[in-house]
Amino acid sequence: MPQKYTLTDTRQEYHLIRNRIIVSGVIICLLILSLLARIFYLQVVRHDHFTTLSRHNRVKIQPLVPMRGLIFSRDKVLLADNRPSFSLEIVPEQVKDLDQLFQDLGGVISINAQDIARFRTELSKHRRFDSIPLRFNLSEEEVASVSVNRYRYPGVDIVARLSRYYPLVANIAHVVGYVGMIDEPELKELDASNYRGTTHIGKLGVEKAYEDILHGTVGYQQVEVNAQGRVIRVLDRVPPIAGQNITLSLDVALQNLAVELLENRRGAIVAIDPRDGSVLALVSAPGYDPNQFVNGIAPASYKMLLSSPDAPLLNRALRGQYPPGSTIKPFFGLAALANGYRTPAAETWCPGWFRLPGKERKYRDWKKGGHGHTNLQNAIAQSCDVYFYNLAVDMGIDELSHALWNFGFGRRTGIDIGGESTGLVPSREWKKNVLGQAWYPGETVNVGIGQGSLLVTPVQLATAVAMMANRGRAIIPHLLDQASSLTAPEENRPLSDKSTDLQRQAMDRYYDEIINAMGEVVQGARGSARASGRDAPYRYAGKTGTAQVIGLPEDELEAEKKEVDVEFRDHALFIAFAPVENPVIALTIIVEHGGGGSSTAAPIARKLLDFHLLKSTNVENDADG
Amino acid sequence: MGDQSLFQRLHIDLPLLLGITVLCSLGLVTLYSAGGMDTGILMRQCGRLILAFALLLVFTQISPAQLARLSFWLYLAGVVLLIVVLVAGDIGKGARRWLDLGFLRFQPSELMKLAVPMVVAWYSSERSLPPGIWRMLAACLLVTVPVLLICKQPDLGTALLVGMAGFSVLFVAGINWKLLSGMIITAAMSTPVLWYFMHDYQRKRVLTFLDPDQDPLGAGYHIIQSTIAIGSGGIYGKGWLNGTQSHLEFLPERSTDFIFSVFCEEFGFMGVLLLSSLYLFIIGRGLYMAMNAQETYGRLLGSGLVLTFFVYIFVNMGMVAGQLPVVGVPLPLVSQGGTSMVTLMISFGMLMSIHSHRRLLSG
Repeated sequence: MPQKYTLTDTRQEYHLIRNRIIVSGVIICLLILSLLARIFYLQVVRHDHFTTLSRHNRVKIQPLVPMRGLIFSRDKVLLADNRPSFSLEIVPEQVKDLDQLFQDLGGVISINAQDIARFRTELSKHRRFDSIPLRFNLSEEEVASVSVNRYRYPGVDIVARLSRYYPLVANIAHVVGYVGMIDEPELKELDASNYRGTTHIGKLGVEKAYEDILHGTVGYQQVEVNAQGRVIRVLDRVPPIAGQNITLSLDVALQNLAVELLENRRGAIVAIDPRDGSVLALVSAPGYDPNQFVNGIAPASYKMLLSSPDAPLLNRALRGQYPPGSTIKPFFGLAALANGYRTPAAETWCPGWFRLPGKERKYRDWKKGGHGHTNLQNAIAQSCDVYFYNLAVDMGIDELSHALWNFGFGRRTGIDIGGESTGLVPSREWKKNVLGQAWYPGETVNVGIGQGSLLVTPVQLATAVAMMANRGRAIIPHLLDQASSLTAPEENRPLSDKSTDLQRQAMDRYYDEIINAMGEVVQGARGSARASGRDAPYRYAGKTGTAQVIGLPEDELEAEKKEVDVEFRDHALFIAFAPVENPVIALTIIVEHGGGGSSTAAPIARKLLDFHLLKSTNVENDADG
Repeated sequence: MGDQSLFQRLHIDLPLLLGITVLCSLGLVTLYSAGGMDTGILMRQCGRLILAFALLLVFTQISPAQLARLSFWLYLAGVVLLIVVLVAGDIGKGARRWLDLGFLRFQPSELMKLAVPMVVAWYSSERSLPPGIWRMLAACLLVTVPVLLICKQPDLGTALLVGMAGFSVLFVAGINWKLLSGMIITAAMSTPVLWYFMHDYQRKRVLTFLDPDQDPLGAGYHIIQSTIAIGSGGIYGKGWLNGTQSHLEFLPERSTDFIFSVFCEEFGFMGVLLLSSLYLFIIGRGLYMAMNAQETYGRLLGSGLVLTFFVYIFVNMGMVAGQLPVVGVPLPLVSQGGTSMVTLMISFGMLMSIHSHRRLLSG
C-alpha cells in the first residue's frame, strides 16, 4: 500500500481518538455519579436506619470454643483432663485507664508484673473489644472477692474456662507433652477461623502431634448485645463439635513401673509391641510437671528446669543420642551371617586384645585374659569384643553402616509424636562431608563394638530390637492406639523381603542363630546377664551393653576399675524381647552413668518383662528368687 | 533546554504526581485505622509505596517508542507464563495464580494488566485508524486468550481488569459502534453459558449479590456488614479511628478489598466526595495527557491505562456499596497490598513518559 501515514490520516486519527476519549470521560462521570447516588442513598437517606443497626442493637458473632479431646492410656487411665478453672478477663475497650485498673485489682487479688506483661502482649495481638485474660486459675476466695467488687470495674469479668490438667504429672510428661498459650508464629500457621476463641494449643508430644483430632471444630452464636457489649439474647447458635478423645497404646502401669525402676537416675526406657509397633512405655527420666506450662511457666521455674544438670526437659527416649555399646553386636552378627562374612561355627581366637596389622595401638577386650576360641554365639552371649573387632575389620565400614541403616539406625523411626533425633551412622561420606577428613581403619574397629562416632536414640534401638524379634519385619512405633493400619514404608523393609524362598529360609536360620545367642545372654551358663535371667518362666532374648561416655586415655583404662566420677561413669544399656517364640514386647533400657549393662540395666528389664508377661503383683519376689 | 526543571528532566508530570501523592497519603491514613492501628502494617505499606514509586521513576525514563517495540514480546512472555502457572503454579487460597521463582513469588496475570493494553495499542497503531473488521477481530482474540487463561486460574477480578484494559484501548482506537453493541449483546446472551462454567464459590457470590439476606452468616455477611458500615457513616462520618462498625464487627478484608467501607464509615459522605474528586482529578489529568500524546500508540496506551484505573475504582466501590457482585479487586492506591500498587504505579510511569517524551521530540 502506498504511503499510508499522511497528514490527514494523522489528523483524522487524532480527532477519532479525541472523540472516543471524550465519550469515555462522559461515561466515567455518569458511572461515578451513579455510585455517588447509591452512597448518598445509604449514607444520607437511610442513615437513621443503618445507625440503628450499628449502634443500638449490634449483632455480634461469638465463637464457641470446642472442648478439647481427652487422652487415655490403653489401660483406661486418664492422662490429660479438662478441669474448670476461673480466669479474670478484661475487655480493654470498656476500661478508661488500664494502669489504674491493675492497681485497683491488685488490692483485691494478687496480680504480679508477669501477669501484666503477658496481658500487654496479648493486648497488642487482639482487638480492643476482645476479652483478654489477666489471671488464670483463680481460687474460690479470689473469685468471690472479685465478684463482690465487680460493679466497680466495668469491663472486668470472671470467666469459667476449661483448663488442661495432667493427673500423672511427671511420669508421662515426655509422652503426652502439654498445651500452652498460642504464640505469634503458631498464630500465623493455624486455621484462624477454627481457632477463633481458642487460647491454648498442643506444644509438645501427643498434644501437639494429634492437635487436629483433639481440638475439635469451633461453633458460633449470633448474639444481640447492648451498648456496653453485654449479651442480651442469643439469636442463633451453631454448637461446637468437641475434639475426639484419643486412646494411647501406652500401658500406664508398665510406664509407672519403669519410672520407679530407674530410681531417679537419668535414663530412658522404651517398650514396643513388635507385632504392630504399639509403644507400651516411653520413659525419659527425669520428667517434669507439664501442668506448670499450661498457663505460662514462671520465668524462675523455667530457668531452673533449663539449668538443671539433669536436663529434665530433654526427651531422652527420642532425642538422647547414645553410643549403643555391645547392644549393637547381634545386629552386626546377623549382617555377618547374611552377607557371608562368618559362618555360625567359625571361631576367632581372642587373646584379650586386638591389634590392626602394622599398628601399635591395642584394642582391649573387656575380659582381660580373653575368651579363647570363640564362635558367633559365644561372642554374643559373653559379649566378646575381639570377635567383633575382627568382624568389623573384615566387613569394612561401608558394609557396617549399610547393616545399621537396614535396621533403621541413622534415620528417624517415624514415631507419631515427632521431635526425634536421627542418631548417627558413621560412614566415609559422612566423615568427608561433615568433618572433611578421611576415614581411618581404627574407627571401623571402634564402630564394631558400638563405640566411636556411632550414636543411636533409645526409640531407634527399641525399634531395631522389635525388627529383630520379628525376624526382619520392620515396624513404625506409634503411640496412638489403633488397629495397626500403619505399614512400614518401602525403605524400611528388612534385608530379605524381596528375596527368594531359599534365601528366606537361610535368613530364618541366621535369625535363629542370633536369637539363640541373645537367649544365651540371659539364660546361658556363661551369658553376660545370666544373673538377671535366672529362672524366668518364659524364654527371652537380650543383650547387655556398656557404653563409654568419653574416650578415657588408654593408660587410665589400664588402671583397672578405680573410682571414677559419676559424670564419667559408663552408660548401662540392655535390649531384650520376649517371649522368644512369639514376641509381644521389645525393650530398650539406658541408664546414664549406670555402670555396667548386666548389673544395672538387665535386672530392670527382667522386672518389666515379668510384669508385662506375668501381670504379677509380686514383682520384687520374682526378681529376687 | 537549560530552562527545564528537575521534574521535566525526569519526565515527571507534576499535577498527576501531586494527585497520586495526596491519594496515597489518604490511603495510609485510612489503612492505619482499618488495620487496627498496627504500625507494622503501615510500615510495610510505606515500603511497598516506596518500591512502587521507584518503579514509576524507572518507567518514566522509557520512551513510548521503546515501549511499542517491547509490547509484543512482553505479551508473548506473559501468555507463556500464564500457561506455565496453570501447569505448575503455586496454589494460594485455592487458585493457581503464583509462580515461585525461588527468590520471589510472581503473578503473571498482573503483568498482563500492562501487556494486554500495550499489545492492542501496538497492533492497532500499525495501520491507520479506525481498524478494519478483521484487524478488530484479531485484536479481540489478543485480549480473549489471556483473559480465558486467567479465568481458568480462577481469578475473576484480574480477568475482568485485563479484559477491560484491552477493550478500552480498542474502544479508543475507534471500534465500530455496531461491532461494539454486537459484542455487548453476545456477552449478555452468553451469561447462562458463563454460569455453567463458574466455580461454586463464584455462583454463590452472584446469588449472594442478588439477595444478601439469603445467607447472612456466610457470604452475604460481607455485604450486609459493609452496607451497615457505609450507611451509619452519615454525612460527616464517625471520625477517624472511630468507626465502631468496622472496628467492632468482623468486616472481613477490612484493610484490603473492603477498605472503602471503613473509609465511608469514618469520613462520611463528605469524605466520599473528596475521594471521588481526587480519583476524577487523576483520571481527568490522565486522559488529558493521553489525548495530547504525539504518537497514536501513546494515545491509545495512555487512555487504555487510565480507563483501567477507573474500572478498578468502579468495580471496587460498586462491590463494597452492594451494587456489584463481590469480585476481588482492590481500591487502587488505598487497599493494603503490593501487587496491584506496583502495576498501577508502573502504568502511571508509562503515562508520564508518553506525555513528556512528546515534548522532548517536538520541542
